[in-house]
Amino acid sequence: MEPTTLFDKIWDAHVVSKIEGGPSVLYIDRHFIHEVTSPVAFSGLEGRGLKVFRPENTVATPDHNVPTLNQHLPIREELSRKQVETLTANCERHHIPMYGLSHKWHGIVHIIGPELGITQPGMTIVCGDSHTSTHGAFGSIAFGIGTSEVEMVFASQCILQPKPKKMRINVEGKLAKNVTSKDIALYVISKISTSGGTGHFVEFAGSAIRSLSMEARMTLCNMSIECGARGGMIAPDETTFAYLKGRQEAPKGADWELKLAEWKKLKTDDHAVFDTEYTFDAADITPMITYGTNPGMGVGVEGSIPTGDNLTGSDKATFLKSLEYMGFQPGEKLKGKKIDYVFIGSCTNGRIEDFRLFAEYIKGKQKASWVTAWIVPGSKKVEQQIREEGLVEIMESAGFALRQPGCSACLAMNDDKIPEGKYAVSTSNRNFEGRQGPGARTMLASPLMAAAAAVSGVISDPRE
Amino acid sequence: MAIDKFHKIISSAVPLPIENVDTDQIIPARFLKAVERKGFGDNLFRDWRYGKDGTPNPEFVLNNPKYSGKILVAGKNFGSGSSREHAAWSVYDYGFRVVVSSFFADIFKGNVLNNGLLPVQVSEDFLTGMFESIEKNPVASFEVDLENQTIRNVSLSTEFKFDINPYKKECLLKGYDDIDYLLSMKTKIEAFELNEK
Repeated sequence: MEPTTLFDKIWDAHVVSKIEGGPSVLYIDRHFIHEVTSPVAFSGLEGRGLKVFRPENTVATPDHNVPTLNQHLPIREELSRKQVETLTANCERHHIPMYGLSHKWHGIVHIIGPELGITQPGMTIVCGDSHTSTHGAFGSIAFGIGTSEVEMVFASQCILQPKPKKMRINVEGKLAKNVTSKDIALYVISKISTSGGTGHFVEFAGSAIRSLSMEARMTLCNMSIECGARGGMIAPDETTFAYLKGRQEAPKGADWELKLAEWKKLKTDDHAVFDTEYTFDAADITPMITYGTNPGMGVGVEGSIPTGDNLTGSDKATFLKSLEYMGFQPGEKLKGKKIDYVFIGSCTNGRIEDFRLFAEYIKGKQKASWVTAWIVPGSKKVEQQIREEGLVEIMESAGFALRQPGCSACLAMNDDKIPEGKYAVSTSNRNFEGRQGPGARTMLASPLMAAAAAVSGVISDPRE
Repeated sequence: MAIDKFHKIISSAVPLPIENVDTDQIIPARFLKAVERKGFGDNLFRDWRYGKDGTPNPEFVLNNPKYSGKILVAGKNFGSGSSREHAAWSVYDYGFRVVVSSFFADIFKGNVLNNGLLPVQVSEDFLTGMFESIEKNPVASFEVDLENQTIRNVSLSTEFKFDINPYKKECLLKGYDDIDYLLSMKTKIEAFELNEK
């Protein structure tokens, strides 16, 4: 038999049929939904007189709009409240399990799926959210979809998709101390650009990837969309199985053993061919930070903003427009630049390990007086862990306060907006113009870089 | 809901020669709070199009009366970032029926096709030619023919043959949407589920 990739194995096992010269009808195992991209799909479905075909394979949580303070009170902003209420009503009408604001397992959709064991190896997973790629960390095919496609999955538990090309990104060797998987992600995107992965599904491989924890793998796969890829995945291994075992929705008993045997087969065969392949050396990666308005515009913390001298035409105009927005000059050093805000959280870096890293760094230090810090756990479970492990005390004595779970300042749909012109070091995923609020200037980085910036009040190297 | 049929469009075009236009620029997140699909065109390119006080920014192309038409021409890697279909809705609701670029982000491309909006991917050279023609003559005409998969720059008499998935082409020509097709597959889908269990 011809050697095949992990991606091929999972994709091919989910093809119900293929349209000649067209897309495949792909069966979807898990459909996550949230309040922003589902209401029009529900009304479209109901307009056709249909019910959700497989509500038991659907999971809902409101996350994009929710406040991160006083969640026990009604949401003040009318439109946000209406979206959350609409999701609740739609889920009740269609019998979809929902982890609402008052639920003990509430959180960001890409945090709660894995932590509840809903996300499992070999699955196909979709959600009307581009960071669905997060779930690929378990060796599943997970990708973001539009609202029309959400309606397709509601109606048929399937989606029409052309099969993407395959890319493998190998990271070999050992990561230096204080270099995280967020740094790997920003490094790779700075090398292959925000469109380098377009049309492809990425498998991350190599010794540096194998050594990552599940949470670190999720951060990396989460960011795969930022290089333009449909998604990213990592073959499941003992790290994956150990993470899953015993979680609420993970298989139990004899069923676990059966599944485990299947999951162990999920890997790319030797000599399988990828359309595109890159290999990077882990030793070349240092703590990264972005200086521009897309996630590909990143450099090592000791580096400088490119001069742009080699650019011409619209490339140059786009580069200069981006720096103008950020208030930076070509060729400038970033280290030592004063910052105003720090945001720790989001589906990229809102898990317990991220808060442990942050707390360990700031322990015994003090937040810079001019910095406003928003510390936002990805879920209620993460919040609970932070409290149980005594991290709240560490944060409070250093001048930081913990908020409640949600997407928060990552996309600023709630009240957590970075003011115009202010600099924010954010552990989230996008530094687009206005992403964290109109006129906000976002610099993407790891939780450790964010911790160093929060304490010193300027861009700093956490290795010092 | 069936989509509008698409055959041929002859129109002037609106130029946006900026690269990597992400969906947060096409429609910022704070305008995604509606629970119905209407009025998104008003907020297309909101933060480029309007000042902080809500007054139109005269520098932005959509506020320049010289430019109009059903074709939006943008720099490479258009539509990157968030999967929000609101981006496709806002471009369509504004009145565009074709978006031309030298490169499109995947999710955005899928979303526009599901809404009767045609993404036309052209070469860098052809795109540059379009921008130059519009600069010389803001009402320069372009002809987009889906049946023949061609886009013609009338002023330069140049033509580009673009790619489109044959299934999606058929859907656009006939105004079919994917859900009609998927519903017709129900028996097969149920058989697939049984086989899996």
